[in-house]
Amino acid sequence: MNRHLIQRVGFALLGLMALVVVLPILLVVGTIVARGIGAVDWEFLTAMPRDGMKAGGIFPAIVGTLILTLGTALAAIPVGVGGAIYLSEYARDTWLTRAIRLAIINLAGIPSVVYGLFGLGLFVLFLQFGTSILAGSLTLAIMTLPVIISAAEEALRAVPVEFRTVSASLGGTRWQGIRYIVLPQALPGIITGVILGLLRAAGETAPVLFTVAAFFLPRLPQSPFDQTMTLPYHLYVTSTQVPGMPLEIQYGTALVLLALVLSMSVLATVIRSHYRRRRQW
Amino acid sequence: MMDQTDNRTSSRRPWAEFGIEALIQVVGFSSIGLVVLIFLFLIREGVPVFFEVPLGNLFGTRWYPTFDLFGTLPLLLGSVLVTAIAMVIALPLGMATAIFVREVAPGWAREVLKPMIEVLAGIPSVVLGFFGMTLIAPVVRETLGVPTGLTAFTGALILAYMALPTIISVAEDALDAVPKSYRDAGLAMGATQWQTIWRVVVPAARSGIVMAMMLGMGRAIGETMAVMLVTGNAARLPLSLDSLFRPVRTMTATVAAEMGEVAQGSTHYHALFGIGIILFLLTFLINLAAASTIFKKRRRGGLR
Repeated sequence: MNRHLIQRVGFALLGLMALVVVLPILLVVGTIVARGIGAVDWEFLTAMPRDGMKAGGIFPAIVGTLILTLGTALAAIPVGVGGAIYLSEYARDTWLTRAIRLAIINLAGIPSVVYGLFGLGLFVLFLQFGTSILAGSLTLAIMTLPVIISAAEEALRAVPVEFRTVSASLGGTRWQGIRYIVLPQALPGIITGVILGLLRAAGETAPVLFTVAAFFLPRLPQSPFDQTMTLPYHLYVTSTQVPGMPLEIQYGTALVLLALVLSMSVLATVIRSHYRRRRQW
Repeated sequence: MMDQTDNRTSSRRPWAEFGIEALIQVVGFSSIGLVVLIFLFLIREGVPVFFEVPLGNLFGTRWYPTFDLFGTLPLLLGSVLVTAIAMVIALPLGMATAIFVREVAPGWAREVLKPMIEVLAGIPSVVLGFFGMTLIAPVVRETLGVPTGLTAFTGALILAYMALPTIISVAEDALDAVPKSYRDAGLAMGATQWQTIWRVVVPAARSGIVMAMMLGMGRAIGETMAVMLVTGNAARLPLSLDSLFRPVRTMTATVAAEMGEVAQGSTHYHALFGIGIILFLLTFLINLAAASTIFKKRRRGGLR
């Protein structure tokens, strides 16, 4: 009987530890919503900041984050999906393929601030893009790449091999099979992976510190070579470098950022579960 | 697709297709190119510091760039201390959660826990740092009676939660890969489920669990914004035991905080890139170790 008691106590302990993991998440999200919701109104979302950012809205930061995320998507999706197609459909198990996988794991592990340094060195200074949306988007795109490649490869590999053989038996070339059969089947999985990668990019601060972010720029960017404010950077500077900043505005900014990122995460989950249910294989 | 019907052999491909496949091949290799490129640019901007600053200074104990003191030791030890404590907190919690979710929890609990952990993975680090700074630091200050709540411990606490999603998902995958027959065999021998988990399933998933630990550690050591906001950023050597409850400064926070203010091409600028090289090599080694566990498993044709 004793060991069954041990099991019961053990399981309860495991559950308790899982609770210790999960409860603070609720606490963080709940607190930010509760304390930030008061600051968020129409003006906050659509007006320029005033009085040294202590009043007015965060419109340019919201737009900046959206533009950066879009730029990241434009650069990262073709390369990421292409890389995934190569790994899943073309690559054989050679040392070279293994080196590619190793490189992807390493890209995923490089600290975000090192991406910032790299972006500064390559895009801002060497290629002379300056501190700009272009430099920031490309930096974020490289950081996002490993997430997109891994997710897209997994989605492509999940398509049964029969789909490819049937396509080939009907006289299709390998590329036709990929383009018309495999890719459409894997699309929901790829989209989910892309959203999850972009979500990380939208919330990042360190890589944009020296590549795009403007401390205070109460206008919208005019070209890819402009600087821009971004939500995460705005939260960082208002909480550390502006004395006398009303706490409510900081919580409001945190809430808007959190809402943006979590809604992307929910969207990814919905797409994934929706198509998983409709899948016929 | 119609234009293909006249081809006798399917090996004849239109030129456009050849172009696309060549492009895909090039793109496929891009990740290697990028890793090399990142390293080259860190070297290019960072290596001059080794010629401008004597090694004794560079590996000294004082980081005061305004007085040309570039001792990276306090920063390195700061990173190591915060990461180590974070792992002490995160590993048991992460392992327990992964085991609970995969082996014990009823269906509804799993449906609640997994999305919650995905939410945690999605919270931007600056938001967690802001939360830690405004709410956790005051609690730490008052309960411990220390002059400031922005301490190594506060940073480690936040970092632990940032590493948790990685640890949990990788460890869960590892447990998932253990065949059901292993569990059945354990239970058939008369072992309880608890005994089966600890003596059969967890040992079988060992390499994946080591990998979870490694990847979580890599994530923790490279984390920047949260750490910068909650650790207090004092570049002091954390040697005594109570330095856990004093401010420390990590390598990542140093780069993020100081890069904005330095003149391009100055010694300080090169030194910050030098720290970037250290960070790159450190995470490279950690990830290499993590990756080697997968490759080893694959070569042996092990569980998966």
